[in-house]
Amino acid sequence: MKNIYFKVAKKLEHFLLDVEYAFDEGVLVIQGESGAGKTTLLNCIAGLMAPDEGLIAIGGETMFSGGAERDGGAPRIGVDRPARARNLGYLFQSYALFPNMTVEQNILYGVRNRPEYRNGTKRGELVDYANYIMDTFGIGHLRRKHPRMISGGEKQRVALSRAIVTKPGLLLLDEPFSALDDETRNVVYGEFQQFREKFRIPAILITHDARESEMFGDHKLRMKSGKLV
Amino acid sequence: MLGPVLLSLKIALIATAFSFVIGNFLAYIINKRDIPGKSVWETLIILPMILPPSVMGYLLLIAFGKRGFIGSFLLENFGVQIVFTWMGAAIASCVVSLPLMYQNVKAAFVSADPIYEQAARTLGSGEWKVFRTVTFPLAWPGVISGIALSFARALGEFGATLMIAGNIPGKTQTVPTAIYFAVESGKTDLANRLVLIMTLFSFALIFALNAWLKKKNYTGRQG
Repeated sequence: MKNIYFKVAKKLEHFLLDVEYAFDEGVLVIQGESGAGKTTLLNCIAGLMAPDEGLIAIGGETMFSGGAERDGGAPRIGVDRPARARNLGYLFQSYALFPNMTVEQNILYGVRNRPEYRNGTKRGELVDYANYIMDTFGIGHLRRKHPRMISGGEKQRVALSRAIVTKPGLLLLDEPFSALDDETRNVVYGEFQQFREKFRIPAILITHDARESEMFGDHKLRMKSGKLV
Repeated sequence: MLGPVLLSLKIALIATAFSFVIGNFLAYIINKRDIPGKSVWETLIILPMILPPSVMGYLLLIAFGKRGFIGSFLLENFGVQIVFTWMGAAIASCVVSLPLMYQNVKAAFVSADPIYEQAARTLGSGEWKVFRTVTFPLAWPGVISGIALSFARALGEFGATLMIAGNIPGKTQTVPTAIYFAVESGKTDLANRLVLIMTLFSFALIFALNAWLKKKNYTGRQG
């Protein structure tokens, strides 16, 4: 079985979302118009929504398995791990940085949820890694600032740092560049290429922009009305 | 004159503390969880704001009186009497201030963008931690506003309090009941002083709240 596998079927308002794909490493880019069901797919993989039917496995572990009974009875859910237990990083389109926390608190939020954080020695390692990530992304000087005090490009870097600092098995990126102005976007594209080569975390990136698919996709898919085309 | 003022403050503080806990709990359960009969629960919570104080007082008497279903239970098992004590006044204040607490907290919970809660879940938080670290802090300005308005309402509670706690000087006499009986017995000086205290206090509370809320203007909702 491949490292990342997802088969998701979910009835949406205007169409049926029905996709299946598997890959081992690299970035899977799913390109499609808005309203194609891309974000719903990411939310199903993340555990923020439940598919009607499907199988989702990350790093060989089943995160969701279930489907409708053949005779049309109630859906039968086998496994449905909550979002908190899926070990993935999610970079939201609007970044979703907690406005009541500083940059550092945002980045350490997920780290502090790790069971190892309660262990003194391991805690040091986790915090060192968080500092390394902040230095790598050049945001160390922002650690005491609140999200409302930093620029769009900086928010993007903070959100990416927060998503990968817990060493997730899969990174989900929902239109990560769409909120940036053209100038910043070109800078961030370069940074993202470096990030991709340096960290090698399997990722699913969804976008409406064909250029991003060309630039970042190790695996490239197109999606239309809930189906891969 | 100091007796009713201190007693009113004590009752309002205790009533607000209870309506804070109950109001937050109910606002969370009703608006963030999938429970049946949401509209019915919400209507029941808001009802004390609409009902005449005498009706609320009478209902509380039925419930907490010696033969009431709660009153008889408390008396038989714990030897606690509610009617004609300051506890009765605190219960009346809590019930009438709860709708204000609930409405403010609900508005704050609903207006914060749910994406922050989703982000917290993907970062490993369980539901209680999501509430403690994200939902509640983002709702804080609304919660503060609920606390201030509930406290002001509890402090001014008159009708239901009079019915369940009476007007026993030094025991259950609050500022609003003291004013009423001072006017009725022709003690205009005392009534004037108490009215002045109540008016100034309420003005200061609402003024400070508005000033604070103007400074603290984030709900976390993104465009």
